[in-house]
Amino acid sequence: MTTQNEWPLWEVFVRSKAGLDHKHCGSLHAPDAKMAIQLARDVYTRRQEGTSVWVVRADQIVASDPGDKDMYFDPMEDKVYRHPTFYSLPDSVNHM
Amino acid sequence: MQASIQLKKDPGVQYLLRLADTCLILAQRLGEWAGHAPILEEDIALTNMALDLVGQARALLTRAGQLAGQEGEGFDEDQLAFLRDERDYLNLTLVELPHGDFAHTVLRNAMVATLLKLLWQRLQDSGDAELAAIAAKAVKEARYHQEHAADWVVRLGDGTDESRARMQAALKALWIYSAEMFDADAVDEHAGASGLGPRWSELRDEWHAEMREILAAATLEPPADSAFRSEGKRGRHSEHMGYILAEMQHLQRAYPGGVW
Repeated sequence: MTTQNEWPLWEVFVRSKAGLDHKHCGSLHAPDAKMAIQLARDVYTRRQEGTSVWVVRADQIVASDPGDKDMYFDPMEDKVYRHPTFYSLPDSVNHM
Repeated sequence: MQASIQLKKDPGVQYLLRLADTCLILAQRLGEWAGHAPILEEDIALTNMALDLVGQARALLTRAGQLAGQEGEGFDEDQLAFLRDERDYLNLTLVELPHGDFAHTVLRNAMVATLLKLLWQRLQDSGDAELAAIAAKAVKEARYHQEHAADWVVRLGDGTDESRARMQAALKALWIYSAEMFDADAVDEHAGASGLGPRWSELRDEWHAEMREILAAATLEPPADSAFRSEGKRGRHSEHMGYILAEMQHLQRAYPGGVW
């Protein structure tokens, strides 16, 4: 058996604290979703980094094409009015 | 060579050592998997469990050592782990058996984790406050160990022809060692009567019910009862035990009192 064939790749997202968003922290091989959650817990959250784990099969993720980078992302850069940066946030608002 | 320590024969201490040694020797066996598991992620999972078990053993040995000395002089966890002879080790025979293939390993993990989970649940109400605190922490770990191991038992038992055959072989080889867990004796009786912890024999039905559920999900049947009784928890071990201790204790015996 080759694990490449039978153990698909899963991407792992961990939420470190309640209120924050899930962050992609890596990937792993696992036979199915339940085992992927268990193994993600062992591999990525053993030092209490997390409160919640998402796993998703890597082949379910659709990524943007690097070739489209200019078209997709560049036009925003020189238009400051697109960015809400002219407000000062109160100190009590975290994680923005 | 460093001489062995002698413990006074105290049933409370023996009760603690049965649990501590079972955790320690299973941890030693799981440690042998490091770098050899079927896949990297499972390698990490197995050694994580070994580390949990070492932590549980350390806490228990420390507590046992406080109670175990002659005339008020206790022992520390290292003395208890590295300077006891085979006959003074009181782990279940089940955990000292070679780790075998992956099916043997996960079935044994499921059997032991189920027992430990039931024990820790009840030990949270121990009359010994320290033991109750250890149990409160350990029960969370044992719950995870049981779930992870049981999932593998189901996957292999209800997997391919090959994995099923291996799980059946593991069941045949290991199941007969489960009877030892629930054999009643004076140590158990003392623990139950003094409020230290449950008699292991009280857990028999619950353990069988949980194991039957796991095996049923794996489309397997528990083997029939056998008259065979292992007696590791009374210090009478299989031929495998001496080798484990020789390897585990070598450095401490060769360099007495070495600080590490």
